[in-house]
Amino acid sequence: METCRYACLSGEHSLSRRGFLGGMAAGVASLAGLATPALGKQLEKDQKHVLMIYLSGGVSQLETWDPKPGTPTGGPFRAISTSVPGIQICELLPHTARQMHHLALVRGLNTAENEHGRGSYIMHTGRRQEPAMKYPHLGSVMSKVLGAEHTGLPGYVHISPGGGGGFNKQDAAFLGPRYASVTLGNGKPPENLLRPQGMTDQAEHDRNDLQDRVNQRFARSRRTAETEAYTHSFEQAKQMMARKHLFEVEREPTRIQERYGKHDFGRHCLLARRLIESGATFVKVSHSNYDTHYENFEYHIEQLGEFDQTFATLLDDLHQRGLLKHTLVTVVSEFGRTPTINRNYGRDHWSKAWSIALAGAGIKGGTAVGKTNATGTAVTDREVNGGHVFHTYFRALGLSSTRNFYIDERPIPMADPKAAPITEVLA
Amino acid sequence: MTAPARTTAPALDPLDVAKTKSVKDLKYSSPLIGGRLDPSGKYVFVSAQDNTLQRWDLATGKNVPYSGHSSWVRTLAFEPRSKTLFSGSYAGEIFAWPVEADRPQPRIKLDAHRGWVRAVAVSPDGKTLASCGNDHRVCLWSLPDLKPVREFTGHLCHVYNLTFTPDGTHLVSADLKGIVKDWEVSTGKLVRDLDASILYKYDKGFMADIGGVRSMAFSADASLLACGGITDVTNAFAGVGKPLIVLFDWKTGKQKLLLRPKNAFQGTIWGVAFHPSGWILGAGGGAGGMLWFWKPGEAQSSVELKLPTNARDLDLAPEGKRLAIPFADGMTRIYEIPTK
Repeated sequence: METCRYACLSGEHSLSRRGFLGGMAAGVASLAGLATPALGKQLEKDQKHVLMIYLSGGVSQLETWDPKPGTPTGGPFRAISTSVPGIQICELLPHTARQMHHLALVRGLNTAENEHGRGSYIMHTGRRQEPAMKYPHLGSVMSKVLGAEHTGLPGYVHISPGGGGGFNKQDAAFLGPRYASVTLGNGKPPENLLRPQGMTDQAEHDRNDLQDRVNQRFARSRRTAETEAYTHSFEQAKQMMARKHLFEVEREPTRIQERYGKHDFGRHCLLARRLIESGATFVKVSHSNYDTHYENFEYHIEQLGEFDQTFATLLDDLHQRGLLKHTLVTVVSEFGRTPTINRNYGRDHWSKAWSIALAGAGIKGGTAVGKTNATGTAVTDREVNGGHVFHTYFRALGLSSTRNFYIDERPIPMADPKAAPITEVLA
Repeated sequence: MTAPARTTAPALDPLDVAKTKSVKDLKYSSPLIGGRLDPSGKYVFVSAQDNTLQRWDLATGKNVPYSGHSSWVRTLAFEPRSKTLFSGSYAGEIFAWPVEADRPQPRIKLDAHRGWVRAVAVSPDGKTLASCGNDHRVCLWSLPDLKPVREFTGHLCHVYNLTFTPDGTHLVSADLKGIVKDWEVSTGKLVRDLDASILYKYDKGFMADIGGVRSMAFSADASLLACGGITDVTNAFAGVGKPLIVLFDWKTGKQKLLLRPKNAFQGTIWGVAFHPSGWILGAGGGAGGMLWFWKPGEAQSSVELKLPTNARDLDLAPEGKRLAIPFADGMTRIYEIPTK
């Protein structure tokens, strides 16, 4: 067994308004030299969004996107037809199967990393870990290049299962804390986000006005990336306070809530849709847990039983609301699971041949790219890695994937230059 | 899997359970899931992860495949009068097969459940078959035609196991959460619930359910019901927990004893059986395989026999001398319990 990081439930990561603001101001990296204006011009007129569904622990590709029924590695589940003739997926995803015309499957992923943390890093950054360089998460990158400032929401929102929550400045790496992720534990807004009871509108206004004037005076003489990040974060907190209703998924009609499912993942995906509909740039929803070394099949029945209807509803809802064409959806894990079934009916970590699913903005729905052999142990056609996936994200969003970030005039490619887009899944 | 109630076997006393040994190894190419000795004592039937059943002739070692299921089979049951084998699959199918055939084909194929069939059991009078599964249903079917008779409604999660009382008047079903339901067969009425919830846990870190009544058996005199599984789970994703058999006093419905291994072991009790002499046998797997023997009235196992790998099931022959264990390595091993 390799170590595994699950949703942090510790109180020390609980996010308070003070912590939120303080965190935003702390530890900022240099922003000098970042080529932002040109990137912004690449965007189409309509705001683009990214929705990442992260299946924590490593979902089994054999129980989802690349079933191998009737083989020694296939397990007990059958393959079912989908809305796209010729593409079959596992019977545990009957609702998703009906949305296949929106989905593109990448079945030839080989990320060559079987450890949770390093696998997660690849799927969040498109790079392997390097001792001398930390790369920003996709959410941080998108927060920067898609422009989140006007949304009044954090550029990178992570809706996690369980409690807690927090500000994760390390996710933004050299982009700086302005682009860090904010974790909403169990879909709850940051604690103490709302102003104290008893404070009047006028008092709140006066307080903010005083703060603005002090900030401006300070910035005139000692403007730094830290002060900018602090000012940005405070402004963002104020805007979030004004939009606290976004977190109240119970405002949705009962029918909608029931379609999404009244479990946590259903509620979290409904919140994700509300956030995206309200302009959020990047939303990640984690679903836990798929690290099924024991009783893989029992657990996939349970976890995918939640995932399937909710995810299918989310896709359909985004489509019906006209949001899907502007929203890139990606369903990923840190890796897949071993084709070999262990003696405890489990599957272990497997990164040599696994699958992800894409949908939405810039994606050609109803496609399946890449093949694995009969038992799913190796990629036999169109092998790709995390770098290819990142290039594909950029291109799907209408962005060049070969541009650079700059740190002190040092160019840092936005996506791994050794990889290229998976053009077959691009619209 | 549910062990059939034994009603006719003579007692072997005194047993020398510590000298239980493997007397026959039957090798198959796919890992095994469940297994049963046929009532005549001629065959052992096992199910495998390639969707087949395999019939082994215990005297000759000849193997005959039973092919046709579209998923794994965990549960097997016999109707000895008509020499019929019933199998329930994870595709929701129940098949009726001839026990003796050179090229066996299903006599009946029934789409019985939505999702996995977890257990089937033949009533002692041979007139009905009971089944349960992931659709939360407990069903009774007439024999030999497998027509629906009635359903027993009340489980709120996957139903993992069932068995008839030895007199056939009651049906007992048990689910993922360790709820054991006692049903009156003739009316379908729920008589009572028994509590085996110690075999279940919702792992908050892993955010998933673990456990369930994985094995089940009645003593021949119907005084005791044994439910086996896993308890004290500390890591659901790795199956880190302890094997446990919950022993019920059937008359009162109260827990009588919690049967635990003498030495620490990590895993699940996948098969349980009452020996006619009163010994209780459990076989399990997790961190390897183990066969445990509990003396009547004792909570801690007296004898433990280390097995080559994970045991997936256990069946004891009616005479109480031989037992069959299907393994995760594809082997069916036949063991004999000697007398002193």
